[in-house]
Amino acid sequence: MRKLLPVETFEAIKPRLKEFKLTFYLLNRNRLTMIAVITVFLLVLIAILAPLIVPYKEHVISGTNPQEKLLPPSQEHLFGTDELGRDIFSRVIYGTRISLETALAAVGLALLIGVPLGAIAGATGGVVDEVIMRITDIFLSFPPLLLAILIAAFLGPSLTNAMLAIAVAWWPWYTRLIRGQAVSMRERQFVRAARAIGTPHFKIVFGHIVPNTIAPVIVQASMDLGGVILTAASLSFLGLGAQPPTPEWGLMVSTSRNYFLNAWWYSIFPGLAIFITVLVFNLVGDGLREVLDPRTRKY
Amino acid sequence: MTELLKIENLKVNFRTFEGVTNVLNLESLSVAKGESFGLVGESGAGKTTLAYTILKLLPIPPAFVESGVINFEGENLLKKSEGEMQKIRGKKVSMIFQDPMSTLNPVFTTGQQITRVLQHNQGLHKAQAKKKAVELMNLVKLPDPENILSKYPHELSGGQRQRIIIALAFSCGAQFLIADEPTRNLDVTIQAGVLQLIAELIRETNVTVLFIGNNLELVSLICDRVGILHRGQLVELGSIKEVAKHPAHPYTLTLLRAIPKEKREKIDLTQIALKAEEKLAEKGCRYAGRCLKKEKICLEEEPALKHIGGTHYIACHL
Amino acid sequence: MNETILSVKDLVKYFPVRGGVFTKAQWVKAVDGVNFELEKGRVLGLVGESGCGKTTLVNVLLKLEEPTSGKVFFEGTDLFNTHGQQLRRLRKNIQIVFQDPFWSLNPRWLIRNIIGEPIQVHLKPPLSQLVKMVEDLLELVGLPREAVYQYPHEFSGGQRQRIAIARALALRPKLVVLDEPTSSIDALSQAQILSLLMDLKNKMDLTYILVSHDLRVVHYMADEIAVMYLGKFVEYGDAEAIFQKPAHPYTQALFKSAPSIGAESVNDLFILPGNVPSAINPPSGCRFHTRCPQVMEICSQKEPPLVKIDRDRLAACHLLN
Repeated sequence: MRKLLPVETFEAIKPRLKEFKLTFYLLNRNRLTMIAVITVFLLVLIAILAPLIVPYKEHVISGTNPQEKLLPPSQEHLFGTDELGRDIFSRVIYGTRISLETALAAVGLALLIGVPLGAIAGATGGVVDEVIMRITDIFLSFPPLLLAILIAAFLGPSLTNAMLAIAVAWWPWYTRLIRGQAVSMRERQFVRAARAIGTPHFKIVFGHIVPNTIAPVIVQASMDLGGVILTAASLSFLGLGAQPPTPEWGLMVSTSRNYFLNAWWYSIFPGLAIFITVLVFNLVGDGLREVLDPRTRKY
Repeated sequence: MTELLKIENLKVNFRTFEGVTNVLNLESLSVAKGESFGLVGESGAGKTTLAYTILKLLPIPPAFVESGVINFEGENLLKKSEGEMQKIRGKKVSMIFQDPMSTLNPVFTTGQQITRVLQHNQGLHKAQAKKKAVELMNLVKLPDPENILSKYPHELSGGQRQRIIIALAFSCGAQFLIADEPTRNLDVTIQAGVLQLIAELIRETNVTVLFIGNNLELVSLICDRVGILHRGQLVELGSIKEVAKHPAHPYTLTLLRAIPKEKREKIDLTQIALKAEEKLAEKGCRYAGRCLKKEKICLEEEPALKHIGGTHYIACHL
Repeated sequence: MNETILSVKDLVKYFPVRGGVFTKAQWVKAVDGVNFELEKGRVLGLVGESGCGKTTLVNVLLKLEEPTSGKVFFEGTDLFNTHGQQLRRLRKNIQIVFQDPFWSLNPRWLIRNIIGEPIQVHLKPPLSQLVKMVEDLLELVGLPREAVYQYPHEFSGGQRQRIAIARALALRPKLVVLDEPTSSIDALSQAQILSLLMDLKNKMDLTYILVSHDLRVVHYMADEIAVMYLGKFVEYGDAEAIFQKPAHPYTQALFKSAPSIGAESVNDLFILPGNVPSAINPPSGCRFHTRCPQVMEICSQKEPPLVKIDRDRLAACHLLN
């Protein structure tokens, strides 16, 4: 039993579930946030079930259907078809999966790098803090899009590389955010109590400080999910992210530029998908902000 | 003696994740003009909630007023609009809060904060307001007023900050003052000075006071009458002499006996009660769960305030 | 008689105040020369107002801060020369209950983990045994065994303080520091906590250092009292003697300004003029002389030594020499 937090028993899970349910209840009190939360669930569901619900599976990646190119929306093709005759509806659905995967991966990676660095910096102070924060500052001074372009230029354009680039540009924000919180947590009495008990520093940082400082990071991360989708779409738009024939929303909007005047449906639907997704993540993040703050949380 | 404040059948509830809890259930409470009324209770009893309800500063969801009347100068405050309340707050009813550090805005100097209040509430020009601010510093016995007014709250000591809050409370000539544990976070030697200042100001301005505290001995130094609040209800009411010298309700008795006067006298826990129940019982006396003298009727019926002599009332079946 | 469990010699703790480019570095003299010995099984009450240094003193005793100079011996071991594993083992014997029942427990941890933390760190038992030990501790402090799977915010202040006590006692320490254990709690819970603490002391043969500004609490629990002002002891000795007849003017002022001790009206309270001076530049001579109602000329020139003034105690005052 080397861990500080013992392996969870059934009885220990119950109270944690209760806390989770409370978060849910509080989130849903605001009508708008509730709609946003439901939409997020729907998006996730769509992403998971994509292969089952698309009407034209073959169009998604490589199929072409030249006879039916650039048809306006109709009963057979809800969102119309693109320049290769592919059903846009199916591609937009699949795009949900791609965008969500990219967003989760990029934000997840950024969190994985940023949070431990920030927590260690804030909780330890001194030289360690200085060194980590200076490194963070260096990364912060790169404009994210530029960094993404650079990495794409070096490693070649692809969705995976775009995701990596975004993660590398994003992690310093989390470090900074959590470091500030960690510094103020450092002097809290339960941290002093842990030191008085003799708890090793590492366990204090990750067992005590991180759980109590993670709330603003969660809020930021949920909003960033939307931001990442937008950035990934922008990169694809510039030709640096997803490459054809990947059904990525940004790529679709980019390709639609050439057909814009004749086929409005081609730009509108993928664009709408981006818009709604980003909006909804922002709303959820905003709702979480109120809910996770321990001061306003009780009710 | 005319009644300045009269509260009747006030029920305040909080809606939480687990349901609705009643926080205040006041049958009747009145404060006469010029009187100092002390409200004593443990933390969580509802004292601060009452203060906020009077000033209509409660966060309305999750709190809500189920019923009741708060008559101030004959008018029901609960029925007033926000605009009307704004005219009352500070000018007719003012409040001293518990923690001076969070009451004062840390990014403005004390002088700026006081002059702003004066300009807003009394329509003074900046120059007039500045002059009045200095007068207020003298009123609360802060030496070297110019210097104090130029400082930020964090540069002052706790006692100084609290005096500034008191100055703010007295600045606009309010006739009714609510003091919410004004000396709670102060050292004992500073507390003495602040208490004496409050007592003196009350005497000089003849203001009516609702003084909230958690310590009966402290409250009895300043007030004429006192009410003991337990879980949102008044359990004992009377003049200081009546309540402090002849406490009648079991809860008051426990409060007074809580810390023994004699050294090492074993705290007789049979006289104090068991831990408080989290949820309120459905019916019966709210203190019954902890009461040592309880009998069957106590679990059935809620006791009303009954007269036991002079101006002394208690809410108990025994 | 009883063995000495704690021995403090000339303890000093200064905090640096960062100077700017042009100002000299200065020092906050939080603790400035403290000496005392504590016998096993006794309760030492540390009394003083904010800024007197009692919290810093306690932090240094627990080695949560490094001292500037001086020595502390716990059961004969030099505390400041102990490090690493040895220090960790030593920590089992000295525990602390903090003042703030809200923040002294990690709000995101289950009670099982909060109370279990010391057990986990030092003993590493299997999970089922850990739970049983925590449940036993809960029972010891008068809380229901089911609390083990709840969160701190589900409990009242008084109950949280009991949880903190349970945590402090988890490893059967010898010395427990109680830092204002009841100042954030309501009156009834206070009484219960104090009674509990005394019971536990007898049951488990504990020694307490009680830090408090509430004189009634100190009066109830302490065998000896030390009154601190600006980093130094001004009076130190038998609690009963000091309460009956405080000798030092500061001690007298403290007792006379508290409302509960015999005051009839607010004007009976004694008011000590002025504010606590800055600890960066303490007054010359006797540090209390700027506010002392019985100040003499010598008080601003020479610092009075802490000496025995009668059978039971020491005081630092020129009046008493």
